[in-house]
Amino acid sequence: MTALLLRDIRLATRAGGSAVLALAFFAMVATLVPFGVGPDLKLLAQIAGGMLWVAAILAALISLDRLFQADFEDGSLDVIALSPLSLEATAAAKIAAHWLTTGLPLTILSPLLALLYDMPERAYPALVISLLIGTPAVSAIGAIGAALTLAVRRGGLILPLIVLPLLVPVVIFGAGAVLAALNGLSNGALWFLAAFSIAAVLLSPFAAAAAVRLNLAG
Amino acid sequence: MVSIVEFANPKRFLDVSGAVLPWLAGVTIALLAVGLFLGFAAPPDYQQGDTVKIMFIHVPAAWTAMMAYGLLALASIFALVSRHPLADVAARTAAPLGALFTALALITGSLWGRPMWGTYWVWDARLTSFLILLFLYLGYIALRNAIEDEARSARAGAILALVGVVNLPIIEFSVEWWPTLHQGESIIRAGGPLIAGVFLWPLGLMGLGYTLLFFTLWMVRMRTEILERRARTLMMQGAP
Repeated sequence: MTALLLRDIRLATRAGGSAVLALAFFAMVATLVPFGVGPDLKLLAQIAGGMLWVAAILAALISLDRLFQADFEDGSLDVIALSPLSLEATAAAKIAAHWLTTGLPLTILSPLLALLYDMPERAYPALVISLLIGTPAVSAIGAIGAALTLAVRRGGLILPLIVLPLLVPVVIFGAGAVLAALNGLSNGALWFLAAFSIAAVLLSPFAAAAAVRLNLAG
Repeated sequence: MVSIVEFANPKRFLDVSGAVLPWLAGVTIALLAVGLFLGFAAPPDYQQGDTVKIMFIHVPAAWTAMMAYGLLALASIFALVSRHPLADVAARTAAPLGALFTALALITGSLWGRPMWGTYWVWDARLTSFLILLFLYLGYIALRNAIEDEARSARAGAILALVGVVNLPIIEFSVEWWPTLHQGESIIRAGGPLIAGVFLWPLGLMGLGYTLLFFTLWMVRMRTEILERRARTLMMQGAP
């Protein structure tokens, strides 16, 4: 399992890997928003949390469709399935690798982008913590979508349609936590986000493994 | 090759549904006709005026849309556990109907919202969760259509429907929780009078009528789907 995890991380971080591309996409979307809504710093500060959350989810999505597909196409998924490692553990390893190469770097980059939005200091901890505990859920639920669209030629187009509605709670609680911190309120958003994230990370490998299995059978 | 056993039950389904269908359709039309008549005969509401009549086609659509997702999930469980083709036919055909009723609820809702709220759309918890329900349906349909292999498509769809049904209460909860954050934007829902008998009767009849309408359409779609699959199998067998 560790070997698989390390292999996936290596694949994602080598030249042409998805990790850097996701980061660049994240920064690019975050840069486009001010062009869309205007350079008013007051407005930008207010929407920073929500925009960065949406951008982070989109950035995580673009590298998701290859999560299983690359291994499926070159046959390594068959080899992995034949190995003693269960598909559930495989899915968990791939989710972990995806998070370590996209969710975590996005979280680390986010304060820098929040700076460009002139987000008040008091909201920074909420932004970083919410991304830190929320992005694993994105990787986990995204893995289900990636596994379901594994054999679909244009799976990358369907993936967002089936994954994004399921990610609504993550955006609501994640961006809600930032907004609450911004307005000096306290609400349970971070706890809800943590609960959702834990449930998603624990349950998703099973659903993803079931989806991989049906695509390998026959 | 498709074995006879696999088709034994769909055959019986075709026979039974063929006998039931005309009656079901008749009752549906009668209920909808009476419900619509009573609905239009109902006096205008003292707050909502004549727009209250939109409720008779809006509220039952919303009920039916939610019921359809429940049925989709139920059929998916059967399709996944027993791998019975009929269960998959039921699941696959329930989705477009569910999407249709969801869209109907959304459209009639915004038509009602325009005169009542002054806008076609507000980001109210209930509206938003219905929009997400529509996307869940569309995602399911897109996934089903994208996978050509029938057995794989069936199982992938079933997994997605079950993931969706687990997630639905959480989405529902988060969406309910969400507008409370933006203070002051209280849900613009006129308290209105408690529903009086003149409104309750047509609403109940329409609710029943919509439910039966869903089952009628569902049955028709299931029959078509079975025949389509059979035709496809025959064509495959006939191919050199």
